[in-house]
Amino acid sequence: MTAVASPAVPGGTAARPPRLTCGRGALISVVVLVVLAAAPLFLAPFATTTLTRVLVFALFAVSLDLLVGVTGLPSLGHAGYLGAGAYAAGWVSINVTAEAPVPLLVGAAVGALAAALTGWVTVRSAGVFFLMLTLAIGETLQQVADSWESVTGGANGLTGVPLVRLAGTPLANVGYTYWYVLAVGALGFALVAVLVRSPWGAALRGIRDNEPRMRALGYPTSLYKYVVFVVAGGVAGIAGSLLVAQQRLVTPADLGFLTSSFALLAVVIGGAGSLWGACLGAALVIVIRDALGPSLDGHGTLVLGVVFVLVVYLLPRGAAGLRPRRRRENA
Amino acid sequence: MLVSILNGFAIGFLLFILAVGLSLVFGMMDVLNLAHGALFLGGAYLGAQFAGDGWGGFLGALGIAAVAGLAAGGVLSLMTEPLRRRSHLDQALLTLGVALVVAELLIIVFGDDPLAVPAPPGLDGSVAVFGATYPAYRLVLIGFGAVLALVVHLVVDRTRVGALVRATVADREMVAALGVDNRLVKAGVFAVGSLLATTAGVLGGPVYGARPGLDSTILILALVVVVIGGLGSVRGALVGALIIGQVDTLGRVLLPDLASFILFAALAVVLVVRPQGLFGTAVAR
Repeated sequence: MTAVASPAVPGGTAARPPRLTCGRGALISVVVLVVLAAAPLFLAPFATTTLTRVLVFALFAVSLDLLVGVTGLPSLGHAGYLGAGAYAAGWVSINVTAEAPVPLLVGAAVGALAAALTGWVTVRSAGVFFLMLTLAIGETLQQVADSWESVTGGANGLTGVPLVRLAGTPLANVGYTYWYVLAVGALGFALVAVLVRSPWGAALRGIRDNEPRMRALGYPTSLYKYVVFVVAGGVAGIAGSLLVAQQRLVTPADLGFLTSSFALLAVVIGGAGSLWGACLGAALVIVIRDALGPSLDGHGTLVLGVVFVLVVYLLPRGAAGLRPRRRRENA
Repeated sequence: MLVSILNGFAIGFLLFILAVGLSLVFGMMDVLNLAHGALFLGGAYLGAQFAGDGWGGFLGALGIAAVAGLAAGGVLSLMTEPLRRRSHLDQALLTLGVALVVAELLIIVFGDDPLAVPAPPGLDGSVAVFGATYPAYRLVLIGFGAVLALVVHLVVDRTRVGALVRATVADREMVAALGVDNRLVKAGVFAVGSLLATTAGVLGGPVYGARPGLDSTILILALVVVVIGGLGSVRGALVGALIIGQVDTLGRVLLPDLASFILFAALAVVLVVRPQGLFGTAVAR
């Protein structure tokens, strides 16, 4: 990866000076973290659980944003890697140990491995084709989860996952689980944020904006896309391990088409390429699906579908980063 | 073995009916219609609803599904129209939102229990085929699918309307320059493609039943067919559909544990060897 260190930051549009906003950004991050950390002290357990789910989904959406917004690869099968990580973390917790950070690391590794095994096909394509391929892969992974009963528990899912243990003590309280999810989620977010601001991230944005030019500049763009696909899979795997820590069960639905669609919706609502936006989008999705869903007779999906349609019409800026690179510009 | 091959043909022709509309709309206007699976499911539920009424119910369901499909295609075409200057991805996302809404509305109307759909009377038994017993309905499905495939092929290949469609797939701007409003062509293809999807739903009901989640399963099969066959190619959709029908059913019989990987493997092989699909032209992408 010596090319990454190359000082030639490509493409005028790709380079955004991160320094200017760094101080204020850091301050805002600290304030948000403090507020989030204090939240369970003031919230009812149900609200804390909902907030935990928001954090899990936010990390998942951020990992998807790395693909969709930053690199311009719209994935509709990303939940497959979330699920791979969740099943792996759950299986390890049941059969080996639930001691943190073992489930976490296993989840990340399996998520990245699943992405590494499938990514070599997907990164050969772009745009709508990438969407189709990832959709097919996500569905394949879901069928694996559904049919590999000895490991995944089949259609019933993997149940009876023990509580995560920290230094031998189980986190037997929604507040403790929340803080665990918050800590890991914040680290994951920071990891992605650092990657996005690095020269590597600039190269990814260059690929999004004009891949032929990046290739002409000497960047091995396919390798970049493959690596970011694997990294996104790994982060999704971490989110999966948090998911299983919170729900203490995984079902095939967790890696289905709907989960992938909702994550894409979260990214699109937030404005592709904006990590904070993805988190806010994730919050909206989870609040509608889990908190308001029951009062809508469980038809939160209907509302989210309508939101999806409205966002596509009304927020073209939100969907701006999704645009495939402008191909005909210098043809 | 024979049964499995026949099953492959039944599913293959069903997939062809489903995929040809998807392929033409995509090849022509670059609109990936992710609501295609939801349309199929709508047809399947219609079939389930009227299945108790014998042949009248079955034909009635086909008729209603055809009309509903035409209307739905027209509406989808209108909905994507304001986005024609935006990216193809925005249009795909729009149809994804529509697919979520339609699937959820179907659950609200028909409940979320899987519904079994009996074949119409007279076809619900089995017949002997070379010594093996085989469901009669599926044989009829194979025959009907083959006829429909022939009709679609003749219309696209031998008529003026078909020539217009193929010309629009090949070079949209040139067709527009010749004075054809290609919004109308698009709306027409969208409507007919959706009609085929809902009809396939009614026809496929006795094979697949009707249940939530079937829409995405079917959508993915259709997408795989389209990718393998090549975009905008009727012959590609037919060959792709028959291949996938055989691969899927044979895979389930011979290697049941690996069945879900086999589709993906077939897709990967085609994409590595021939990225534009078996019958696609190199300009796609």
